[in-house]
Amino acid sequence: MSNEFYQLRVNGVAHEVRDAWAGESLLYVLRERLGLPGTKGACEQGECGSCTVLMDGEAVCACLVMAATAVESEITTVEGLSPDGEPTDVQQSFVDAGGVQCGFCTPGLVVAVHHLLERTANPSELQIKEAISGNICRCTGYGRIFAAVRQARDNRLAM
Amino acid sequence: MATTTATSRATLGTSAVRPDGLPKVQGRFAFASDVWADNMLWGATLRSPHPHARIRSIDVSGALAINGVSVVITADDVPGQLTYGLITSDQPVFARDVVRYAGEPVAAVAADHPETARRALDAIRVDYEVLSALLDAEQAIDGSFAAIHPDGNVIRNQRVIRGDQSFVGDIIVEGSYELGMQDQAFLGLEAALALPDEDGAGVELFVATQWLHEDQKQIAACLDMPLERVRITLGGVGGAFGGREDISLQVHCCLLALVTRRPIKMQYGREESFFGHIHRHPARIVMHHHADRDGTLRRVEARAVFDGGAYASTSSAVLINAVTHMQGPYRCDIATVDGYVVRTNNPPCGAMRGFGVVQACFAHESQMDKLAIACGLSPVDIRLKNAMRTGDRLITGQIVESVAPVERCIRETAALPMPAPLLDEPDALDLPGGSGLTARRSNIRRGVGWGVSIKNLMYSEGFDDYATARCRLADGVITLQFATAEVGQGFVVLAQQIARTVLGIDTVLLEPISTAIGSAGSTSASRQTWMSGGAVDGACRLVREQLFAHVGATHDVDPLRLVIEATDVVDTMGTLRVAVADAARGLVLDETFEHHHRATEELDENGQGNCHVAFAFVAHRAVVDVDPDLGLVKVVQIATAQDVGRVLNPLAALGQVEGGIAQGLGLAVMEEIVLVNGKMRNPSFTDYLLPTALDAPDVVVTMIEEPEPQAPLGAKGIGEPPCISVTPAIVAAIRDATGKALTRVPVRPQDIVFGD
Repeated sequence: MSNEFYQLRVNGVAHEVRDAWAGESLLYVLRERLGLPGTKGACEQGECGSCTVLMDGEAVCACLVMAATAVESEITTVEGLSPDGEPTDVQQSFVDAGGVQCGFCTPGLVVAVHHLLERTANPSELQIKEAISGNICRCTGYGRIFAAVRQARDNRLAM
Repeated sequence: MATTTATSRATLGTSAVRPDGLPKVQGRFAFASDVWADNMLWGATLRSPHPHARIRSIDVSGALAINGVSVVITADDVPGQLTYGLITSDQPVFARDVVRYAGEPVAAVAADHPETARRALDAIRVDYEVLSALLDAEQAIDGSFAAIHPDGNVIRNQRVIRGDQSFVGDIIVEGSYELGMQDQAFLGLEAALALPDEDGAGVELFVATQWLHEDQKQIAACLDMPLERVRITLGGVGGAFGGREDISLQVHCCLLALVTRRPIKMQYGREESFFGHIHRHPARIVMHHHADRDGTLRRVEARAVFDGGAYASTSSAVLINAVTHMQGPYRCDIATVDGYVVRTNNPPCGAMRGFGVVQACFAHESQMDKLAIACGLSPVDIRLKNAMRTGDRLITGQIVESVAPVERCIRETAALPMPAPLLDEPDALDLPGGSGLTARRSNIRRGVGWGVSIKNLMYSEGFDDYATARCRLADGVITLQFATAEVGQGFVVLAQQIARTVLGIDTVLLEPISTAIGSAGSTSASRQTWMSGGAVDGACRLVREQLFAHVGATHDVDPLRLVIEATDVVDTMGTLRVAVADAARGLVLDETFEHHHRATEELDENGQGNCHVAFAFVAHRAVVDVDPDLGLVKVVQIATAQDVGRVLNPLAALGQVEGGIAQGLGLAVMEEIVLVNGKMRNPSFTDYLLPTALDAPDVVVTMIEEPEPQAPLGAKGIGEPPCISVTPAIVAAIRDATGKALTRVPVRPQDIVFGD
């Protein structure tokens, strides 16, 4: 442990991280030090995508990022997608389309799908599958998650 | 409390939105791993690296010397019963003299940071004398290995003997089948927070579990406390699939809290999770099917050996499911079945979705395909010819009283559209092997296969797994209370739908899921819609009776004439119509109801007896693309028709079906815990492969709705059937594409390339 501190910019807010062990992952710091438990940990190896967050707009696994190296970045977690409490279109689609069962993979998936739809307005079925193939869901078999992504995509295209 | 006020009426039969949906998508839902307390410490577990060893000594001084470490506990610190277990209490809280599997808990620490706790575990010195390990299930049966546990090496042996044992069929097909060890791989890792009572004589536990009251019973025994001093609240559960039915970290966490008098948080990492919970039993099943020349099934012979690993868990019940389902969903009068589940120094096995029937089904469905070939019938025709019906007798002698639309499941599956042929120039992601760009279009062969299954619902063999629910109506608002573990299946929304339907009130609050009310039984065995659904329905009906009595008295109408229509109380023989909200004003009604299923019996020594409550059926048709040279498989489509009784929430039902199919696909082509000399070689998500979005097949579904008279809501449990016969269907499709025998799951590339 050290007495130094560093600053992380998460969801538009600057947080000071004090007395932290330098080996702590971004996932650990978000959850255990900054009071942002929405980001989930399920594999610690970047395989399951449950901890997906945006770093400067890119989707990353927070478990693979050392928190102290993220000081220069703008970080967005699932909590930051709907700061006023109103669900985003993607979040609402997951609820409406039955994309949520146990919900543990959901925050990571929601972040990944936001990332997809920002880059690709009209993703094909295969593009959807590829974009979320790094997010493991054990409950749904993915069928209703695909439906949720399609719904969010189609709603945006219709606007 | 969670609140949902419906705008359109979210009653039974609608795709009502789950009340935990929005919190989950916004990251606001509190899973067990998200719960914390001021001043808490982190607990961690030291585990044996050896599958079988004697513990000569444990030196914890090095760990205690680390700054930030509060305590180290071992078997000597367990105040009550030294063991726990679901059916038999045979598993030590901590190993004392001997360890029986690689991964068995030996000690636990509490420290100020997870990293401090990890270092403390490294600093504990355990002196082991390594013993030779019992790793071959056959050696447990033949007695060639000394007992590795005081309870012996055979956990249970059960025969099912029925009919003329000398019968020989015109046609006999035989096969030997093997299944690897599958992991539940729920996403939300084991986690708990324990808060000691101020007097040190009780504890409050927030934990992700499947059965709060069973945990309470086992924890209290180990802590030597009265039940009521162990209070459990369900922490949000990130999936379960059977893997949370047994105790994992519960006792350790409570004990650390009581010893340190501080809140303790424990949370497994993924690697520890593989060691910390039980798995699906690996099994070997040898079968002979006897049939008449026309394909009529006459006799099944089977010898089944299940490896239970080091401790019993639910092994004996898993075995019973396997041996009593060995005929599959087919009429068969003669049976000669011998089943063993044994103790070895492999990791313990217990409940996983399908519970013994998965193993039996892979064997009997592979056999039905062999029989079809031998009789010159198609896979569909052999199954239609022998399809079980209501009123048929099982090989246990039990009559199938349940609705049994096996023929309809098969016919409606067959009627579902086949997938389009693979394009001449497909996207690489549509080929076996996907983005590896390894398979060539010209090599790909397509195959089609079938699987059909029968699955028991609820607990068996005389066990009264009742469920309790409470309904309170006050100020025009319903509040429901139950201890039913919500693990993702959606009971929370079903409970609200039931209450809205029965009482005509849309605002339904849910109390926290805890031991403050009576048991709901386990969220397993496809039983909660039936059992806890029945309990919520019963409690709501009791409240409705009182409401009708009040309305009857107020309006001078016989309460028996009153019904609920939408949100009104209506006199069926008069003109009275009053909104429930108005009728209930000022009333406080509060009722609790226990739902019990009908009694069942134990099996006799010949496996005869009415041991199961009810059954559900399903058919699966799989279409696969295979590259036979590389051994790569892409599951293209699964078609299924499932006997569900009645659909209570279409979206939730579809989610269960699709999700179960993905798990059955995993067992068919990728999921296996690889053991070498009793040690797991792949306890991580890098090395234990799970189906991803790109592995997900198209799923086409027909729900067969023939309401089940026995079931309180007409609905059968739907959780397990989807994952049972999909596995043999996929393997049959790979056989169809390659001509290989493929007698083992998961089917590995080398089985396709080099197999017979």
